[in-house]
Amino acid sequence: MINMTETTIVSNNKVPSSLTQVGITMKYTLLDYIRSRRFYIMLTIAIVISAILTFVIGYYRPANFLVTDLSFYSGWWGNIATYVIVLSGIFFGGDAISGEFQNKTGYFGIPNPIRRSAIYIGKWLSALIASTVILVVFAAITLGNGLYYFPSVPYEFGLSLLFAWFYLIAVLGFTFFFSSLFKSSSISILVTAILFLFAFDIIQFFVASLAQIEPWFMLSYGGQIIGNILTVPYPAHKVVTSFGPGGGAGPDIGGFSMTTFNVQIPEGLAIIGIYFIVTAILGLVLFERKEFTG
Amino acid sequence: MPSIEATNLSKKYGSFTAVSNLNLKLEGAKCVGFLGPNGAGKTTTLKMFTDLIRPSSGEALINGVNVHMQKKKALESVGTLIEMPEIYPALTPREALTMIAEIRGVPKAERKRRVEEAVSEVRMSEWIDKRVGKFSKGMKQRICVASAILSDPSVVLLDEPTSGLDPRGMSEVRDIIKSLKNKKRLIFMSSHLLSEVSDVCDEVAIIDHGKLIVYDTISHVTAKVSGGENVVEIGLRNTVDADLVNKIAAKLSYIIKAEKSDGNTFKIKFAGDLDTQEKLLADLVKMNIGIVSYKPASSALEGAYLSLIKDTL
Repeated sequence: MINMTETTIVSNNKVPSSLTQVGITMKYTLLDYIRSRRFYIMLTIAIVISAILTFVIGYYRPANFLVTDLSFYSGWWGNIATYVIVLSGIFFGGDAISGEFQNKTGYFGIPNPIRRSAIYIGKWLSALIASTVILVVFAAITLGNGLYYFPSVPYEFGLSLLFAWFYLIAVLGFTFFFSSLFKSSSISILVTAILFLFAFDIIQFFVASLAQIEPWFMLSYGGQIIGNILTVPYPAHKVVTSFGPGGGAGPDIGGFSMTTFNVQIPEGLAIIGIYFIVTAILGLVLFERKEFTG
Repeated sequence: MPSIEATNLSKKYGSFTAVSNLNLKLEGAKCVGFLGPNGAGKTTTLKMFTDLIRPSSGEALINGVNVHMQKKKALESVGTLIEMPEIYPALTPREALTMIAEIRGVPKAERKRRVEEAVSEVRMSEWIDKRVGKFSKGMKQRICVASAILSDPSVVLLDEPTSGLDPRGMSEVRDIIKSLKNKKRLIFMSSHLLSEVSDVCDEVAIIDHGKLIVYDTISHVTAKVSGGENVVEIGLRNTVDADLVNKIAAKLSYIIKAEKSDGNTFKIKFAGDLDTQEKLLADLVKMNIGIVSYKPASSALEGAYLSLIKDTL
């Protein structure tokens, strides 16, 4: 039996600071993530992608991959890392907050002397750590293959890794915000997946190519610095490519042109940073205000 | 002295009023049953006391502290079980409860012992290191009950705590509530089981359509509704003899009616309040008839409840 004083209630409990409570939430949520099936599915996805690339490059030796060390990292890491990040964001952030409502785990944690923001930040940090583990595994396999073909590792790969981690932070900020909008886990995961895997790319294509407007307001555009840094020289900010009659001389003589924007590093970092700050604040405010009804 | 207070507490969802100007003050060590039909506003009220929803107006105070203005302080000595919470499925009861103990600031040196004691109290010791994801609904409910009592709270808020439990589990949870009561805790418990409320609670608050209808001791509530009449249920060691029941009714003038219930129990309806109830017990003991239990009949509360709720329809 719990030892409680019979006549007066004397408690030795001292509720810790919100910062400590962030750490407590992070520790146990991370434990839940690391043991979950979705963590192993995500890890398997990262390993399978790496295994396929290892086999294809090892067997076919594609010239565009093996010209220089940079072309190798650009082809491997530059093309795939953003997908690994987005998938991690969807897996670990897609229902992180909506699940508290739908799965009723919020009823266990929230009626305690803890601010909702401490729970939100703790969960976000644990999602970041779990996603970072996946990213590190993918990066390690990339690096292992890179060292097999080339003796040195270009410093640009290190920068790309750093940018990838920044992008992961912003993606998780965004997915947590979206997760705060819904009370249904499946809807929040589905909407986040559609946005990141299809909608953003389509919007970016139409805005840039057809409307010829730089898509500076798209997070995925900011994330292009991960791949762009591995291209030497760094791609020009705006590239207009013409197609059609007249050797692609342009629309005046029956051809058409397509505009491609390449985000520059300061701009990309600013987009990533602003996305993170805005979505983190919005997500926190939403979670603070959301009610456990129904 | 532990206290819970609702001051003009209201919750509206658009044009629907779930709780309307609730004024209720519970103070001291006791167990208060919170009764009302489905949709009356019981869970909504408890959620406003635990930051799960925020009031449209008014205040929810625990130990004098506003839950929505100073949540951490207000809930620092409160154990809760609202609806049927889920626990992160990959955690074990030990981990989940240690998390709550850490959040609640249970000293590190006591944490392990407190967690093990709480788990033992809900008879889940053999499952303490198994993952919660594999547990049945009733097992999870037991862990949530353990979570509510884990940090030695002065106030315990329970929303249908025996929901989802088997009869043995229900009985064990009732025993836990009784032991909390003996340890001078203030327990505020919603339930649809009137027999359960009669068994463990001292007072009842009845709510309907978001409005408080009555808050008083069970005896007073039943007496008010029955025009000053009360019913007690007496359990005997031996089988009840109908002649004995008739003799008792004839001997004590304030008894209105006495009748055998089943094998070992009989009911006495009498005119009077708690003093009369006490006198009845003393008179029965003097008769040396082998009394082993004596309590207000749950049917009395049921009658009062139905009458009060019917009056509001």
